[in-house]
Amino acid sequence: MGWLIQGSSTNSMASNVAVKQTIDYDQSMWYVTWIAFRNHKGALVGAAVLGVIVFAVLIGPFIYTVDPQYVDLSIKNQGFSADHLLGTDNLGRDLFAQLLAGGRIALAVGLSAMLLSLFFGTLIGVLAGYFRMLDGPLMRFTDLFLALPLLPLLLVIILLFRDVLRAAIGPEAGIFLLIVFVIGVTSWMQTARIVRGETLSLKEREFVKAAVSVGASNWSIVFRHILPNMLSPIMVSATLGVANAIITESTLSFLGLGFPPDFPTWGRLLFDGANFITLAPERVIWPGLAISLVVLSVNYIGDALRDAIDPRRRQLTV
Amino acid sequence: MEQLTSTYPPRCPFWILLSCALLLWACSPSEKNPNVTKEEIVDRHLDVLYWQAPSTLNPYLSGGTKDMEAASMIIEPLAHFDENGQIVPTLAQEIPSFENGGLSEDHMSITWKLLPNVTWSDSTPFTAEDVKFTADYCMNDEMGCNALVEFQDIDEIVVIDELTVQLRFKKPKPHPFDAFVGSNNPILQKAQFENCTGLRAQECTEQNFGPIGTGPFKIVEFRANDVATYVANENYRESDKPYFQTATIKGGGDAASAARAVLATGEYDYAWNLQVEPEILTQMSQAGYGEIVTGYGSQIERLMLNFTNANSALDLDKRSVYMDGNNPHPFITDFNVRKALSLAIDRNMLVEHGYGAGGAPACNVVPAPLRFRSPNNDSCTESNVELANQLLDEAGWIRGDDGVREKDGVKLSILFQTSTNTVRQGTQALIKQMWSAIGVETELRNIDGAVFFGGDPASPDTLQKFYSDVEMYTNAFLGNDPESYLANFTCDQITSPKNDWLGTNVNRACTPEYDKIVTELSITADPQKREELAILLNDTVIQNYWLIPLIHRASLSARLYSLGGVRMNGWDSELWNVADWYRIEANVFIFKEAEVSN
Amino acid sequence: MLRYFSRRLAFAVPTLLAISLVLFVLLDLAPNDPTGQLPLTIPPEVREQIRDSLGLDDPIYVRYVKWLHQFFVNEPINLIEQAFGVEIGNSEERLRVRSWATRSPVVELIAERLPQTLWVVGLSYLIGILIALPVGVITAYKQYSWIDQLGTFVSMVGFSVPTFFTGLLAIIIFSVTLSWLPSIYDTTHEVTDLSSFWYQIKQILMPVLVLSLYNAAQLSRYMRASVLENLNQDYVRTARVKGLRERAILFFHVFRNSMLPVITMIALGVPTIFSGAIITEQVFRVNGLGQLLIVAIQGADIPLVQTLTFLFAVLIVLFNLIADILYGLVDPRIKYE
Repeated sequence: MGWLIQGSSTNSMASNVAVKQTIDYDQSMWYVTWIAFRNHKGALVGAAVLGVIVFAVLIGPFIYTVDPQYVDLSIKNQGFSADHLLGTDNLGRDLFAQLLAGGRIALAVGLSAMLLSLFFGTLIGVLAGYFRMLDGPLMRFTDLFLALPLLPLLLVIILLFRDVLRAAIGPEAGIFLLIVFVIGVTSWMQTARIVRGETLSLKEREFVKAAVSVGASNWSIVFRHILPNMLSPIMVSATLGVANAIITESTLSFLGLGFPPDFPTWGRLLFDGANFITLAPERVIWPGLAISLVVLSVNYIGDALRDAIDPRRRQLTV
Repeated sequence: MEQLTSTYPPRCPFWILLSCALLLWACSPSEKNPNVTKEEIVDRHLDVLYWQAPSTLNPYLSGGTKDMEAASMIIEPLAHFDENGQIVPTLAQEIPSFENGGLSEDHMSITWKLLPNVTWSDSTPFTAEDVKFTADYCMNDEMGCNALVEFQDIDEIVVIDELTVQLRFKKPKPHPFDAFVGSNNPILQKAQFENCTGLRAQECTEQNFGPIGTGPFKIVEFRANDVATYVANENYRESDKPYFQTATIKGGGDAASAARAVLATGEYDYAWNLQVEPEILTQMSQAGYGEIVTGYGSQIERLMLNFTNANSALDLDKRSVYMDGNNPHPFITDFNVRKALSLAIDRNMLVEHGYGAGGAPACNVVPAPLRFRSPNNDSCTESNVELANQLLDEAGWIRGDDGVREKDGVKLSILFQTSTNTVRQGTQALIKQMWSAIGVETELRNIDGAVFFGGDPASPDTLQKFYSDVEMYTNAFLGNDPESYLANFTCDQITSPKNDWLGTNVNRACTPEYDKIVTELSITADPQKREELAILLNDTVIQNYWLIPLIHRASLSARLYSLGGVRMNGWDSELWNVADWYRIEANVFIFKEAEVSN
Repeated sequence: MLRYFSRRLAFAVPTLLAISLVLFVLLDLAPNDPTGQLPLTIPPEVREQIRDSLGLDDPIYVRYVKWLHQFFVNEPINLIEQAFGVEIGNSEERLRVRSWATRSPVVELIAERLPQTLWVVGLSYLIGILIALPVGVITAYKQYSWIDQLGTFVSMVGFSVPTFFTGLLAIIIFSVTLSWLPSIYDTTHEVTDLSSFWYQIKQILMPVLVLSLYNAAQLSRYMRASVLENLNQDYVRTARVKGLRERAILFFHVFRNSMLPVITMIALGVPTIFSGAIITEQVFRVNGLGQLLIVAIQGADIPLVQTLTFLFAVLIVLFNLIADILYGLVDPRIKYE
């Protein structure tokens, strides 16, 4: 029943008719969404690629057992070979093994930092756009974060939290949390501003006013009418956020905030490989490709999700 | 300047107007130098690239190497160090000695005779008054002079006559060649800087950005952290020099791209300080435009071993604090461990990976000049993993199930920190693996250079606090005498909260015997005896493994084949002889190119 | 509207003061140090003296108030003096905001950097917009066609691969291999005639293109999303039913409506033109405001970082206001009170 009240369906009779013919009313909104998602070509391709990458970085290191940190100068800067599938770097470390090992972190950091920043951004954006009282303070708070210079901020965060977290939950988990937190906390502002703008404009639309007039709670208006109608820009923010997080992670390692210097994250591989571009182009091509593929597949999944949730764009063939 | 009015009152229409005005202003052509284009003067124009851009031309206000070198084209000291570390006269007639009466028998003074008929670039004569003024300028307490250490034992400076100046010391100074020797303490013009002493030194931007000098070039335009434009000084004492009419020092970017602009594209004549992986430089050199030049000074890349306990579980008032041996490191204080750590390292491999022509395996803490170099430690260039393992076995460090050695519940587990730099991180990875071969596990950490070298007492990550077991960086000494450098390892120099972490003895190892020899060296004048004592001190540091020397690093730069006269210098400014630099004519250039391809 | 505007302006003053305080405290807390880049041969006592001479010994509130006074009182007076050639009080003794690394007035450093930053970053912002808008419209209109797939791929790669890499790639191709373009931007170059103008185009080409690609990648995604939203609105159906031509629908209705959120995004992005492009400026040695900021941060040049970031904050607050007003103007449904 829920999806009927949902945002745009109230002002779009044509699509309602079309949908009614094909959907069983008892099925939930999320089930319908899932069916729509399942039938989306881009979503399938995106999910498949992301799945392969996830599978590779999770299982890969158990099959391809070369130690990513093993140094051997006698085989440095080599190209493809049977022993080293994608060649070696300037310390003779296996590039493929490094990519596999770094992928876990890149994916984990990229996706969770993106989610965190999306969460902050959406929360602050909706609050600011929906509640006039909060608009001024929250937006000035956003301005403050936009104005903060990233590097000194990071240095201060390292100073304050690195050793504390390390002691509290161990070095690896501590650093992981710190990185996700830092990236999330420094990249939500653009999302917040977009979401606020969309909220401001959606708030004045007929279907929201209708919902208000029938006495819907703020909570349900935000979740049922406002959020589903601004999925497009949120999804764009999400895709860009993944790329941003993976690259930012390499900046953090560079400052000494990230993982230990011999830990091969994708951003770091790309950064270290850049100078070797004429000597060993594969050192930048593979990590660059890996990051791009993840971002592309997240983009397609996001596209599909948006299409699936928006009842006007569903192409249902149940 | 008007365009910046905008920054104050945040009023909207005003701003929009200003932004437009700014754009217009940026587009409008400037009227300066209308007749000469870059292409026409290129033959007599020298293009130098410093990837760390000079931020001022007053080396007394910024001791950064980049600033000192950019200034060395304009202002000069009394004497330079040449490429072998020998002192050669510049503005002095000769180097003071006992024979020529320049040095007093009691070591209490040094007398410099200045070259006659030298003028500043504004045609006024250069005199002993300028020398005295410069010393007083730097020794002013309020100023915060970077080169203060060069003047530290000076009691007063006396102008004897127009061309003679005497430096009198507070105590006997057997090695008196600190002040006015080397490009980091050149002579400033008294007339120009007279009103810029003490706190006012900060405010004299015009003077600091455009010092009047006696050197081969004078400044045309200085843009801090960007570019410095020079033109030949027509009053330079050698009338046919400098050979270049104009020069530019461009800054910014990173080392690899600086190397590329000389070696791979030939856009620039000279690029400074190129710490880049050697295979990258080799590949760039194959383009045939230019070559790498190196000059060895006293720079040693070393591993410092922390003799105090740096465990992060300790209270802050104990962590890395030396309490007369009551807070010892759990295993680095074991001689055998330190020796094994050194034996396990293959220095040739470190050179091959990160330094190439820019470094050599090092076994001493004083690697040069030759007369101070100990001959007793050269065996370290060969690594010996077997012996290292044997030493640890005998000392009771037994491998556990995970391959890491331990004794009495103490694991040989090391936290190893250094500054962020790709070569250093590669070296870290190599050393980690070499140590794993002797059952030592290593955790690596890299810290932003501005923090690591910054020495801010509030930060836990400075090299002085040393909150790790091992750390790596490069140090060297000023000038060509290691006396004050060797005094870094005395007991009273140990860094601790008591001296706000300001000491120079960061590994917190010392012995009373060592301190005694340091004192002896400071009052010994006989050159041969000085060499013996310095070598003895060096051997004490090395043979007790207070630190582990890794690489004797060279200054490493690149020049075009068409740039002649470069005498690469690891002891002084690389631009110390820029007056002699010249353009090799095209036919010679082609010849050079042919040589390379063979 | 006017009331809203003036209230926002009044609110901006305390906001900016608060931001300046937070910035100051943050920079003070940061563990890097102005003596960090000096050679190790300079002993610790001398470093202490240098810190003293910079005034680092004063308590933080003294330094903050000093900065406030220098920035809000002394510097404006200086500018007035220079602009009108008058002297107000004792201008010799008036303390200015000075950078620690260069010891020169911060305002002059910024003025020196503005031209190249506005040229390179501003131009690439403009070109980025000009590329992004049509690309966004076309990829949305032809959703899931090959042209959309291509556009998506290029923009995603453009965004995933950072400018340090694309810039380097451009240098390798156009400077090293082809020798067509200079790899280093000459900030002292002056445009006086046709050949020097040609050189200016050559040297500005690579940084502008690299940055434009990056900007366009981001903006085109938002544009595409916005057009997609609008294509499904009822007014489009109505227009189609009325028999309007597709082209007219696309350009007169959809494009205009889709621009609403994008215009504000563009306005919100304007301050980044002034903050410069840190990495691109480094790669091509454009040495604009971005490079000035990064060098200042690395050298812990607090007065310079503080002033630059504060000016940036002023721009952000200002353009946020402009964006809000634009939003209100283009979408009359939004009410400000």
